Amino acid sequence: MYHIKVSQFGRSISYFYLRLVFISPRFVQNSAGQFFSSGHTNNWAVLVCTSRFWFNYRHVANTLSVYRSVKRLGIPDSHIVLMLADDMACNHRNPKPATVFSHKNMELNVYGDDVEVDYRGYEVTVENFLRVLTGRLPPSTPRSKRLLSDDRSNILIYLTGHGGNGFLKFQDSEEISNVELADAFEQMWQKRRYNELLFIIDTCQGASMYERFYSPNIMALASSQVGEDSLSHQPDLAIGVHLMDRYTFYLLEFLEDIHPSSKTNMNDLFKVCPRSLCVSTPGHRTDLFLRNPESVLITDFFGSVRKVEITTEVLNLTHPIQRVEGSPVNGESHREVYSYVDQLPVSEIIHQKPKQKDWHPPDGFILGLWTLILLVFFKTYGIKHLKHIF
Amino acid sequence: MYFLASLSERRRGQLAALSIAAVVIVVGVPLWWRTTETYRAWLPFSQIKDLSKLQLHLSADVEVVFARGTLTPEQQKKLPLTQTQDEEHAVDGDNVKVYIGQRRTAILRINAEMRAGKTVEQLLAVLKPQIKQVLQVMSFSHTDITAALSDRVRFNPGSKESMTHSMRAFTSSPGYEITFSLLNPDPRSHRLHWDIEGAVQTYIQPFLTKLSPLANFSIDSQMLHYAMLGVNPRYNNDRGAFILHADSLAHVINPVEARLGSNAASSNPVLNFLLYVPDAQHSPLYIQDHKKMDVPSNAFHSPRWGGIMVYNVKNLYGPEAEFPVNININMAEVMGVFLTQLRLLVGMESSPPPPGFLVAPCGSVGLADWELDRLMWSRSVENIATATTTITSLAQLLDQIGNIVINDNIAQQVSSAVTSVQLAVAELEAGNLGFALQYSKETILASEKAFFDPSLLHLLYFPDDQKFAIYIPLFLPMCVPILLSLLKMASEARRRYREKQAKKD
Repeated sequence: MYHIKVSQFGRSISYFYLRLVFISPRFVQNSAGQFFSSGHTNNWAVLVCTSRFWFNYRHVANTLSVYRSVKRLGIPDSHIVLMLADDMACNHRNPKPATVFSHKNMELNVYGDDVEVDYRGYEVTVENFLRVLTGRLPPSTPRSKRLLSDDRSNILIYLTGHGGNGFLKFQDSEEISNVELADAFEQMWQKRRYNELLFIIDTCQGASMYERFYSPNIMALASSQVGEDSLSHQPDLAIGVHLMDRYTFYLLEFLEDIHPSSKTNMNDLFKVCPRSLCVSTPGHRTDLFLRNPESVLITDFFGSVRKVEITTEVLNLTHPIQRVEGSPVNGESHREVYSYVDQLPVSEIIHQKPKQKDWHPPDGFILGLWTLILLVFFKTYGIKHLKHIF
Repeated sequence: MYFLASLSERRRGQLAALSIAAVVIVVGVPLWWRTTETYRAWLPFSQIKDLSKLQLHLSADVEVVFARGTLTPEQQKKLPLTQTQDEEHAVDGDNVKVYIGQRRTAILRINAEMRAGKTVEQLLAVLKPQIKQVLQVMSFSHTDITAALSDRVRFNPGSKESMTHSMRAFTSSPGYEITFSLLNPDPRSHRLHWDIEGAVQTYIQPFLTKLSPLANFSIDSQMLHYAMLGVNPRYNNDRGAFILHADSLAHVINPVEARLGSNAASSNPVLNFLLYVPDAQHSPLYIQDHKKMDVPSNAFHSPRWGGIMVYNVKNLYGPEAEFPVNININMAEVMGVFLTQLRLLVGMESSPPPPGFLVAPCGSVGLADWELDRLMWSRSVENIATATTTITSLAQLLDQIGNIVINDNIAQQVSSAVTSVQLAVAELEAGNLGFALQYSKETILASEKAFFDPSLLHLLYFPDDQKFAIYIPLFLPMCVPILLSLLKMASEARRRYREKQAKKD
C-alpha cells in the first residue's frame, strides 16, 4: 500500500519528430507462413462487358463465365461490380430464353438464377466505368453499385468486347483509351483504393490497353498482341452465334480446376491458351508488380480467402444485463413512424421556377440556315435594297 | 467579262479584307479562347505543396508525482510543493516495476539505492528512460505512429506483429456499422432466445459511447435460420466432439457472408459479429488452433471483417429432452468475446506489455482511458496523413489535367481541408488531443468530399490529332480567304514598292 503525497514536479515533454516524404512502397516478403504474405484482406471484382446486340453474345458469355468462377471461388455479390448490356438472355432471338450458354450443345448455362447485374443496358458507359473505378459517384448511388475497396483490397478487373490499338469500344457509341484507363488506375493508386490489381482484357489488340499503365502493383494479361485479332471459339448452330472467345474459354477451363484452397500461382495463368490453341498470342505485363508472379496465388485475385485469427483473450463481463426501457406509462408506444419520401412532389414541380440555362451561341445548323436565307435574299434583291428593309 | 478594278475599288477591297482580318484576330480569337476554356476556381497550391512535407510534432504532457517517503528531505526541498493529498493505490506483485491503472495513471517503483545521495537532476535523469517506456505503452510509440501511417509509407515494419496489427484494424472512417447475427442451423431442435437489446445496451453501448469522439457507430442485429457453416467439422473420437481446425476457418466466412445481407445505406465499413449455435447432430463443436489445442473462447475473427463465435448448447439439455428445446443464451459470455473482438478490430494493441509491466483490467466499459488516448493519437495521425495525401494528390491531378472543371464548392472544400490540417497539426504540437482529433476528422471529411466529388471526372482526354480534326473544318474555310487576300495585298504592296524603287533609280 502506498500513501501518496501529491507534489508538483514539473513537466517532462517528449518530442516526436517525423519527416514524411512519400517513399515508394517496398513490399514485405514474409516467408514465415502464407498467412499474411499477400497483404490483402478482401477481394473485389469489376467485370465489364462492353458490347451489346445479339451478335456479341460471346462477350456476355465471357463475362458471365468469369463472374460464375469468381463467385464459386468465394467472392460475394456485394464485392462484385458486374456491368453487362444484359440483352442476351431475354433477347427475342434467343431460342432458349433466360439462358446464356458458354459451351456448345448448351452444356453450361452461365446465366443461372442468381446473377446480380449492377450496371445493365445503357448504364454501361465509359463515364460510369471510370466513376466506379475512381469512386466519384453521386451520393445517391447504392452500395451495390460502388467499388468500396480500401488499401488492402485485391481487385480483379476483366474487360471484354471489341477493341483496337489503344482503345476499347463501349456499346458501339463511345470508346475508352488506354491513357484514360492508366490515369484512372493512377487515381486509384493515389487514393490507395487497391492493394494489388489484376487486369485481364479479352479483345482484339488487347495488349495495347495495358501499355500505358504506370501505377505500381498492377499485373495485366491480354488475349492478343497489337496487330492481332482475338478470335471466337465455336459457334452453336442452334443458337446461331459464337458462344465464347477462345482466350476466355481456355481461361475458364483453367479456372474450373481451381478450388478455394488451391495453391496454383500466376505463372500457370500466363501459360493459358498458347498460340496453337488461341491463334493469337496472349501477352502479360508484370514489371509494375512488386511480388514475384510465382508467389502470387490465383486465389489471391479470383477467390476470396479470408485471413483469420483465433481470439485468444476474452473480457470477463460480470455485471448483469440492465432491462431495456419499456413502453411509457400511458401505454402508447413511442414507435417512430417511417414513411416514404414523396416520390412525385407535384406541388413543388408545378411551382418550380424554370432552371437558368447558360446561354449558348446558336448551333451550327441554325447559323447555316440563316446564312442560306440571307444569301438567297441578297442574291435575289441585291444589297441596294437593304435600306428598304431596315 | 472582265472585271476592271479601279483604284478606289481595289482600295476598298483591301480595306475590307484588312478589317475582316482585324475583327477575326482582335475579337474572334479572344472570344473563342474565353468560351472554350474550362472554369477553374483558385486553389491554394502553394500551401498544399507545403503540406506534402508534413512534419508532425506530437507532444504529451507528463506529470511526475513522488510518493511520500520516496525523496530525501534535501531533494524534497528543491521541488515546489503544491498540495498534499492522500490516495491509496493497491498494487500486488513483487516483480512489478510499473503498474498501469485504468485511467491515466501509472505507478513506477524505484529502488532505494537508486535514489540515495543523488541530486534532483540526477534522479530525474535516472527516471527518464523508465518514464519514456511508460509513455510508449500508454500514449504512442514509434511503431504505433508508423503503423498509423502505413497506408502512406509502406515499408518493412520489422515485425509480423505490427504488420498484422495494421492489417487487422479498420481504416479511419467517420462511421461504422456493426451487425450482430445469430445463426441457427437447426430451428427444429433449438429455439434460441437472446436478449440482444439488453446486452447491447449494457455491454456494447458504453464502450461505443466512450469511443464516440473517434467515430459514429450504428448497431443492428438479426437472426438467420437454416444458416450453415461452409465447412464440415470432423468428429474426434477422443474428445467426443466435433473439431473445427484452424486451417479450415478461412473458408467458413464466405458462404455465410452471402446470406448476411446488410441494411447499410451508407458507405461505411461494416463489422459483422456472428454467433453460431451448432445443430444437434454436430454438437458440441470446438475450434482448435494450429497446435491442436482447444481455443478457450471458441471464437475467431477476421481482419477488417468481424468475428464468429461458436456457442455450444449440448450440455444444457439431456438426451431425453423434447425438441424443440428452449435455450436462453448467456449474453455476458457472448458479449465478452464480441467486445474483445471489437476492441481488436477497432485498433487496440493486442501485444503484451513490456516485461515488468502490470496492466490493470479495463473495467466494465471495456476501455481504459489511456487506451482511448492511444487510439486517438494514432487516429489523429492517420487522419492527418490520409488527408494530406488526398489533398496533395488532388492538387497534382488538377494541375496535370488542364481540362477538368474546378467548381467553387471543390475549391472551398480544399481550402477548408488545408486549414483544418494546419490547425490539427498545431493542436497536436500543443498536446490538445481532443481538438486535434476533431480537426483531423473535419479535414478528412472535407478532403474526401473534394476528392470524390462527381464533377471531377476527367473525360476530356483529347489527343492532339483529334483537336485538329475538330477545329480544321470550322476554321479553315473561314481563314483561307482572309489569308489569301492578305497575302495578295502583301505581294501587291511589295511589287509597288519595288516599282517605286526602280522608278527612283
